Amino acid sequence: MSYKILANKTTADETMTSVYVKCLKALMAENPAITQIESDLGNSLLGAAAIKEIKAEFPKQFVDCGIQEANMIGVACGMSLVGRIPFAHSFAAFVSRRATDQAFISGAYAGSNVRIVGTDPGVSAQLNGGTHMPFEDVAIFRAFPNMTIVEPSDPVMLEDLMGKLSANYGMYYLRLFRKNALKIYEEGSTFEIGKANVLREGSDLTIITAGAVMIPEVLKAADELAAEGIEARILDMFTIKPIDEEAILAAAAETGAIVTAENHNVINGIGSAVTDVLMTKGDRFVPVEMIGVRDRFGQVGPLAYLKEAYNLTAADIKEAAKKAVARKR
Amino acid sequence: MNSEEKIRLQNFAIDIREKIIYQMSSLGSGHLGGNLSIAEIVAVLYGSEMKYDPADPKSDERDILICSKGHAGPCLYSALAMKGFFPMERLDTLNRGGTELPSHCDRLHVPGIEMTTGSLGQGFSAACGMALASKLDGNPRTVYCIIGDGESQEGQIWEAVLFAKHQQLDNLILFVDYNKAQLDGLTKDICDMGDYVDKFHAFGWHTAEIDGHDVEAIKTAVDAAKADKTGLPHVIVCNTIKGYGVSFTKPESCHHVNFTPELTEQCMRELEASRPTA
Repeated sequence: MSYKILANKTTADETMTSVYVKCLKALMAENPAITQIESDLGNSLLGAAAIKEIKAEFPKQFVDCGIQEANMIGVACGMSLVGRIPFAHSFAAFVSRRATDQAFISGAYAGSNVRIVGTDPGVSAQLNGGTHMPFEDVAIFRAFPNMTIVEPSDPVMLEDLMGKLSANYGMYYLRLFRKNALKIYEEGSTFEIGKANVLREGSDLTIITAGAVMIPEVLKAADELAAEGIEARILDMFTIKPIDEEAILAAAAETGAIVTAENHNVINGIGSAVTDVLMTKGDRFVPVEMIGVRDRFGQVGPLAYLKEAYNLTAADIKEAAKKAVARKR
Repeated sequence: MNSEEKIRLQNFAIDIREKIIYQMSSLGSGHLGGNLSIAEIVAVLYGSEMKYDPADPKSDERDILICSKGHAGPCLYSALAMKGFFPMERLDTLNRGGTELPSHCDRLHVPGIEMTTGSLGQGFSAACGMALASKLDGNPRTVYCIIGDGESQEGQIWEAVLFAKHQQLDNLILFVDYNKAQLDGLTKDICDMGDYVDKFHAFGWHTAEIDGHDVEAIKTAVDAAKADKTGLPHVIVCNTIKGYGVSFTKPESCHHVNFTPELTEQCMRELEASRPTA
């Protein structure tokens, strides 16, 4: 693991999906076992042009099942058990809710080797609205033994994780934002699955977050807090499971207050995972404030509107941070 | 099939039934009916049709069988133990705490089991995935899958039926254990599936319908399916009787059965008496 944080963070020129495609093609060229499996959402992840190229260059490494998420996960598991390394994709809402038992039994319980790719996490489903807006995908997969959950923050991390996911055996959930993310890390940074990254040092509290939707809000909140004399440590908890217990306990001991910020229901997401660790393994009282969706359904709207509607903005995070600091004993 | 071969396979099916009863009776209970109904299918596959090596159960050369009706694990375990995949003594441990022989098919614990099944409808999708990957990789193996007729009430089965046709999985042979019964009673009274052959035909599959307790008919149908490489997946609808081979079972009420020593003895006596003679 060797990552560097960019001092000047700007929005990436390339979308997360274009990075995904670039990595996928490179991996396919390296290893004929790498297989992309779709359930009629290939155009939304890869794009029509890339699908055409992949079909031409790697005709034996691309399968479109049609609109059948349950069968797709079962097919992916079967392929993995005779040597393929599948990436099986649908929207996060569908690949979690519609194929839960297939991912559980044919996947995790059976010891299969599949990377489940769920796009449009949380409010990033935007105009597709409540039917497509997953606030519970992490909650579902977090309850599976042997499931690793990663949510890459930016293109640099996605690139590194694509390689790691291909090289490791097991069941993975890749929670993937599709659009242009804020670039956080220097090119060439590498990451360790299961180890949180420190995006900012601070001694007054720690904000634990993940994903391209929340990180920009958290960074903005931290800057504003600093202007008011509150220094926040920020942990990029891109591996939501297994969660980095050591980093959480160190944050509690060293900063004494925690805010979790997630683009997901606060039930059984990062907030729950962090408090699980603090309550069972912590050695002191630490106030925790949770930013996340408060047990509500999704709805239509542009990203900025939805962030406000579910209280996921920098202002919300800032307020939670102040509350957490005030509750310190 | 010569009569010697036929008698050998019929006897293997009876051996399998005896081992099924043995596993369940020593435990006290088990999913008897749906295990007994597929004994001939399993006997023909492991006794004649499938390529496998118990010393190297993951060999690339092997054919693959997935029993999607996962509760029929004891039937497969009987065949696997007799073929040397694991010591016969393991059959004494079915479903005991800490066992390496859970009664629902479990690939992580039982050598020779290719897929963990038990949540119905799922094993067939995995079989499709294995058949597709094998085909794309140029592996000449055949992938076999057994589903129950009750199991095919699951929607996932029909997703996979569409998929297999579209992907031209002519290396896939599906058996429907058409025993006409499910846990709650007769299939026709619960959710009637109508005519299986018509259904698979409508989905574009190569179909056959046979007596699922006739080893010769099973072998003939499998050989025909293997020889037919025209891009169509194959289904063999096997007319079977739930609980076949012993007299106390009623199809509508033998999904799960409790054993007494007397009942076990009666079953074993009947099975021995049913052995074919030359």
